[in-house]
Amino acid sequence: MATPQDVSKSVKPAEVGARIRPVKTSTSPQVPQIMKQGRLAPWLYLLPALVVMSFFIVYPMINTISLSFSNRNGTASAATTCQEGRPCWGIFENYRYALTAEFNTSSPQALWRSFWSSSYGNTIKWIIVMVGGTVSIGLGFAVLADRVKYEALAKAVLFMPMAISFVGAGVIWKFVYDYGTQQTQIGLLNAIITSLGGRPVAWLSTTPINTFMIIIVGIWIWSGFCMTILAAALKSVPDEIIEAARVDGATEWTVFWRIMVPIILPTITVVVTTMVINVLKLFDLVYVMTGGNYQTDVIANRMYTEMYKNFNVGRGTAVAVILVLAIIPFIYYNVRRFLAQEEMR
Amino acid sequence: MNRDKINKFFDKLPTHVIILFTMAVWIIPTVGLLITSLRPPQAVGNTGWWTVLSPPPGAAPYSQYCASCHGADGATLPEADLSNPELVGQYPRSLQLLAALRQDINGQPHMGDIPLPSAQEAADIAVYLRQLSEIDASSQFTFNNYIDALVGYRGRSTYTADCAAGTQPPDINCNTSDLLNPRGMGRAFLNSLILTIPATILPILFAAFAGYAFAWLDFKGRFVLFALLVGLQVVPLQMTLVPISRFYAQVGLNGTFLGVWLFHTGFGMPYAIYLMRNFLGTLPRDLFESAYLDGASHWTAFRQLVIPLAMPAIASLGIFQFLWVWNDLLVALVFLGGTTPVMTYQISNMVTSLGSGWQVLTAAAFLSMLLPMIVFFSLQRYFVRGMLAGAVKG
Repeated sequence: MATPQDVSKSVKPAEVGARIRPVKTSTSPQVPQIMKQGRLAPWLYLLPALVVMSFFIVYPMINTISLSFSNRNGTASAATTCQEGRPCWGIFENYRYALTAEFNTSSPQALWRSFWSSSYGNTIKWIIVMVGGTVSIGLGFAVLADRVKYEALAKAVLFMPMAISFVGAGVIWKFVYDYGTQQTQIGLLNAIITSLGGRPVAWLSTTPINTFMIIIVGIWIWSGFCMTILAAALKSVPDEIIEAARVDGATEWTVFWRIMVPIILPTITVVVTTMVINVLKLFDLVYVMTGGNYQTDVIANRMYTEMYKNFNVGRGTAVAVILVLAIIPFIYYNVRRFLAQEEMR
Repeated sequence: MNRDKINKFFDKLPTHVIILFTMAVWIIPTVGLLITSLRPPQAVGNTGWWTVLSPPPGAAPYSQYCASCHGADGATLPEADLSNPELVGQYPRSLQLLAALRQDINGQPHMGDIPLPSAQEAADIAVYLRQLSEIDASSQFTFNNYIDALVGYRGRSTYTADCAAGTQPPDINCNTSDLLNPRGMGRAFLNSLILTIPATILPILFAAFAGYAFAWLDFKGRFVLFALLVGLQVVPLQMTLVPISRFYAQVGLNGTFLGVWLFHTGFGMPYAIYLMRNFLGTLPRDLFESAYLDGASHWTAFRQLVIPLAMPAIASLGIFQFLWVWNDLLVALVFLGGTTPVMTYQISNMVTSLGSGWQVLTAAAFLSMLLPMIVFFSLQRYFVRGMLAGAVKG
């Protein structure tokens, strides 16, 4: 559990009792002796879940990995797709395509430029800007909203986009970004710019700002999520500490950076990792707003394009495997955090 | 005392400004969507939604150039009644209007001492006259966009106007069967509902079983299995799509609800079990002990003790899974596609093909948000609770 309560008070009274109790007959102290059951019973309860999970998660993962070494139909090895006179990585040919096809290697400058307009460069932009944006807006808003009377309303407003689908949010913001070729601008953003005397901008087809314009939509959706979790963590910061610091003459700024942030740092880490995972998987927004055109592609959308627009099984699955490789550190982190929490139970 | 209050207010002023500004940024785009979805098509294309409350652009030039003789309502001169649609119909654009204004009437210049309006002003006046004479809908708001979106109308007019005139497109029948038109949001709403309800109940049911086993039953490998589950929570959807869609194609499950129900069930499982197990683990163990002392079996305990007590967890899990399935595009796109379109698919299709104007698109988007919004705001408490309990899903 990612609750701040776990961080602040690690041991609940009920479990203190469980700890003193000397009986330790089973592998877990939680299960009472009297509840011992037949060997089969637990597996009957687990059966439906295990069956669907192995069929829909475990088996496809293994299959995806093996497909990523095959050709476009999954019928032969990827090595057979190599062409004469072109670079070839043999069985890893799909990975060569997935990793290098977007790059222009004619010169270091061209490589640098093409990297930042590739799906990889864009995904990095997404991670930095969106995670930074959502966490800082969420944290700032949580701290400030705590001081006003309409806190609940303010938080509900920031939280509202969580109920809206990415597709719906895409429509909402595509309308805000609308670029009219005629004199009147019906998109809010361009109307503001023209009324201030500026020239309208085609926000979604002008590289490189278009990626950032889509990221703004992502921030709009996910800030409420970060805000809610961080606000709960902030509430768990003991008032006495903050009051003591204020009495000692600390400014609000110091209180925030020197007391609140260090105390809720574990929760911030959880939120950041969760957001990075979310961003890596994010597909719908790019698909709806630009379809990955105008150099706004990201890894998750590229997988869809290779698989369901170009119908290339090998390449599509190779991109998916790369996506998972990027996520593996977070899987590892997630499991470790879980183990640490279990220690504290 | 009073000065204290004023000081306090100014101390807090920056806070208020920042919060209110952020709230405005968050809410205004959605308000724009809602207003646009209620405006007639001509108005949506010509003016921004924020102008709904200001007078139409033609009103000012009309009162400047025309109102002195024709009157504010256009009906002052009976021989040149500007509220008569037949007369105004002869001057649809600025070109015809300006030509008429240049002509003499009874030997006198039409405009007298008043200078001719500029081309832009004349165009605005022409639009304004069409509203004045009620050729175009003069009302600011209409529900036609919602009707058009529901029945999937893609013509040049509106569904109600076309049906009244009998000029509807071939896929429109002008009766209630239109609500099931595969291009419409009405059908998509139904599909979304059929998809979402079992895809919400099934995983909760399975997760309740498994969560109980993980929390209160003892078996070999319990801990390892659960740790594995925690890892599986963050596996991206993309990793599993291809083999499953290939398998579905072989067994004929592509495009069926059953296939998507099962997929969502499998994929929602790790998170659901995680949440369930953590919640059930916090129930007091005395409760179970006394139940077993009274001779209850595991099955009885599960049905009569666990399920009622787990209601809060079931509620937060339910709303999570509901929103997740309802708002999902990728799975619906891959497995259902155009054969059984759900709302997200229908909208994404409208966006990418740009077949319909903003007014229908915004109406459709708002229709798709309606149910999740209701669920969300009525059950927000459970949603937040579930989110705090296991922040990893998406």
